[in-house]
Amino acid sequence: MNASVPIKHTQAESDLFDRYETAKDNLPGSVTVNALREAAIAQIRDKGLPHRRVEEYKYSDLRAFLKSAGPLAGNVDAASARSVLAAADTFADLDRYRIVLSNGTYAAELSDTDALAKEGVTVTDLGDVLTAEDGARVLSYPKTGPTDGIVALNTAFVQGGMVLEVKDGAEVSKPVELVHVAEFAGAQVTRNRIVVGKGAKLRLLESFVGDTGEGEINAVFDYDVADNAVLAATRLIVGRTEAARLLTTTARLGAESELRTLGFIAGPRFTRNQQFVDFTGENSEAKVYGVTMAGGRDLADQTLIVDHAVPHCNSREFFKTVLDGEARGVYQGRINVAQHAQKTDGEMMTQALLLSEEAEMANKPELEIFADDVICAHGATSGQIDEDLLFYLRARGIPEDEAKTLLVLAFLSEAIEEYGEDDVTEGLEARVRDWLAGH
Amino acid sequence: MPAVQETIEQVKAIDVDQYKYGFVTDIESEKGAKGLSEETIRFLSAKKNEPEWMTEWRLDALRRFQQMEEPDWARVSYPKIDFDDLYYWAAPKSVEGPKSLDEVDPELLATYEKLGIPLAEQEMLAGVEPKNRVAVDAVFDSVSVVTTFKEELKKAGVIFCSISEALREYPDLVKKYLGSVVPVTDNYYATLNSAVFSDGSFVYIPEGVRCPMELSTYFRINEQNTGQFERTLIIAEKGSYVSYLEGCTAPQRDENQLHAAVVELVALDDAEIKYSTVQNWFPGDKEGKGGIYNFVTKRGDCRGKNSKISWTQVETGSAITWKYPSCILRGENSRGEFYSIAVSNGYQQVDSGTKMIHLGKNSSSRIISKGISAGRSQNTYRGLVSAHRKASNARNFTQCDSLLIGQDCGAHTVPYIESKNASAQFEHEATTSKISDDQMFYCLQRGLSEEEAVALIVNGFVKDVIQQLPMEFAVEAQKLISISLEGSVG
Repeated sequence: MNASVPIKHTQAESDLFDRYETAKDNLPGSVTVNALREAAIAQIRDKGLPHRRVEEYKYSDLRAFLKSAGPLAGNVDAASARSVLAAADTFADLDRYRIVLSNGTYAAELSDTDALAKEGVTVTDLGDVLTAEDGARVLSYPKTGPTDGIVALNTAFVQGGMVLEVKDGAEVSKPVELVHVAEFAGAQVTRNRIVVGKGAKLRLLESFVGDTGEGEINAVFDYDVADNAVLAATRLIVGRTEAARLLTTTARLGAESELRTLGFIAGPRFTRNQQFVDFTGENSEAKVYGVTMAGGRDLADQTLIVDHAVPHCNSREFFKTVLDGEARGVYQGRINVAQHAQKTDGEMMTQALLLSEEAEMANKPELEIFADDVICAHGATSGQIDEDLLFYLRARGIPEDEAKTLLVLAFLSEAIEEYGEDDVTEGLEARVRDWLAGH
Repeated sequence: MPAVQETIEQVKAIDVDQYKYGFVTDIESEKGAKGLSEETIRFLSAKKNEPEWMTEWRLDALRRFQQMEEPDWARVSYPKIDFDDLYYWAAPKSVEGPKSLDEVDPELLATYEKLGIPLAEQEMLAGVEPKNRVAVDAVFDSVSVVTTFKEELKKAGVIFCSISEALREYPDLVKKYLGSVVPVTDNYYATLNSAVFSDGSFVYIPEGVRCPMELSTYFRINEQNTGQFERTLIIAEKGSYVSYLEGCTAPQRDENQLHAAVVELVALDDAEIKYSTVQNWFPGDKEGKGGIYNFVTKRGDCRGKNSKISWTQVETGSAITWKYPSCILRGENSRGEFYSIAVSNGYQQVDSGTKMIHLGKNSSSRIISKGISAGRSQNTYRGLVSAHRKASNARNFTQCDSLLIGQDCGAHTVPYIESKNASAQFEHEATTSKISDDQMFYCLQRGLSEEEAVALIVNGFVKDVIQQLPMEFAVEAQKLISISLEGSVG
């Protein structure tokens, strides 16, 4: 691949450039923000959409998947957003605050802004942040490498989102649900920044509801977890959609802080959930979990890089994948340990269960270690349901379907339970059953 | 956990400065013209009296090579190689065609004696069969200088000769198999090798024959500014067995030298090939000056049912190692094995691993890789395990452990595990503590501490790798590495 030879653009890429020309004057942004957008679209023009010859996208060829690209989605009116929310309440049984993003932009009138303010949480419309003079600041946070195509797409087209800040020492009493309501064919591009102040605690739920046609949902989440702070973030990517879901998390952890995340994918079509976790302070811990269920001809990609740049931090990565039909599952994980990051403890495990002959799993657990006094480990397994276990259950009078459900549930629950957000566990396990019954 | 003192000392003991084989043999030699061109290849091919098709094969490879770009995915860095500044042919002047041992230049014999490779055929002692006899093909720069025990092997029907000789004597066999495992355009260095390969070994084991002795090739780079491009082809017919050993050394020089080899193995039904390497090319000096660039493509094709190919390697040399001995498990019930110990020190860069490509039903493979990096070296394991649609019940077990000694080195693991068949069962582990909970439990239950138990199990595993080596090599390998693997890092 020679970079100096201009690439031949696909239909989708040409559509993206057209979309950019049409939309750029209406997208929020200061002069510097617009310069970043220009640079991002130039990168796409130069390199194209991420494709299989780019190592990070070896198994998830976005360029081949996107056949075309429609316009950016407009706003959803409050009434229809309300009805979508009512119809698909992901965490209905849970007492929580709600922040609504409708087609990617912050909908203050649907969000529990006042109640959150009392808890020490402020929510700001990203549109306002971007148009401010130093708006570029909010786009420059994610550290994902200069070439990540999904983040470049996000930067070029970001329509809105929000910045949520938990003030120092505040422990938010109820989980906060960040719900993305989508009603479109085309694209929804959003960026959200979550700042958990020193010693503060936040439990975050991220969900995506609504019906979309073909297109893209591109969301970037930037977590800033300050010293001694705790953030638990549950991301639920469920329900049928034709759109490609391209989700990126970047996280920075201060000293003595804790981050736990769960990426729960059921019925992905084409979903990539990529996470980049950076340790910036000592004695911190990151636990990253993934639960993936895919059937049909879907593709689910969980990609993760944990960067141990400072000593004395622990990370645990635990990913479970169940595949059926002709689905493809991808896990790419990497633990980096810098030379001075001594006493790092990193443990990564990825396990896949293949329910059908045609399903495919690609595991790539990597270690990149420059320090000598560390404990790092990884493991990867893939296989089918253990016939002995199945026999054991059937011998006890459990019908085959139910026995399989039990075994799959047990397999996935390992990660859900270790994640340990007890009030969502039951709901998530119900989702596993739903998927098994109806995918 | 940090490495224990004993381990550190043992690694020091094999420090780069202690390279034992760095001497140069002063022998008159003949070189071809410098540079990579059609003329070079025609010269080389003529020099070797090759048939016309072979010359064309080489020229075709050259044309393809000229259109390829150097790969950059490996975790190694080195200045750009100027392929036009190399000699592609260097041979001791005294060698003209195949010779008997008596006619070989005594200077050469002395060189091999110094390297500890006995070229003289051991005489039969009054009726007593000497044990552990090894037939040796000695390759010096671009040519094979002698092959021992040829007559005796011939009696068993085994063909063991240099590839140049095979091209003259057995052109049909060579034509049938050459490039059938590693195609001409497989990768950058394999294509280069296809164009300019000079010598190497050819082994053919006929149906049902168990090769009566170990076969061995000893590669030596002596000349300056030369590249060594050897090509080895081993064919095991139905139901046959062969064990093949390979050793390499080079003089201590300031400039880097290129070694780009291709090894192809073909195992037919029920055949078994065991291929062992102790690679000890000059690794460069303390400051990272000099050393061999070792860019090698090794691949075995388990073509037949129940066939088996086993790679065992002990890698201690080379400035840069870029090497992935692989198995294509095409036959039903075929088996691939890869046992590796890679030790890097000084400024060495190792990017090595294996590929196990499961195509046939019930094929199984096992990968045991131990990387030890010290000094300022970088040691990467890069491996692929894949099961294709039809590879029902494929099995793989992979274990790769690395040990870092000192703060300036790096150890990296890049495994690709691709399963396209639900009944394929893959396990990949990279921790000592997780090797087997059962073993740990067993040891702990008998009163060993966790650390003692880990040490015991891991030491047992290294022994396993060493034990895969034939006797002659095991001794050499043990001398090179007698390192405790305490403090392993995934």
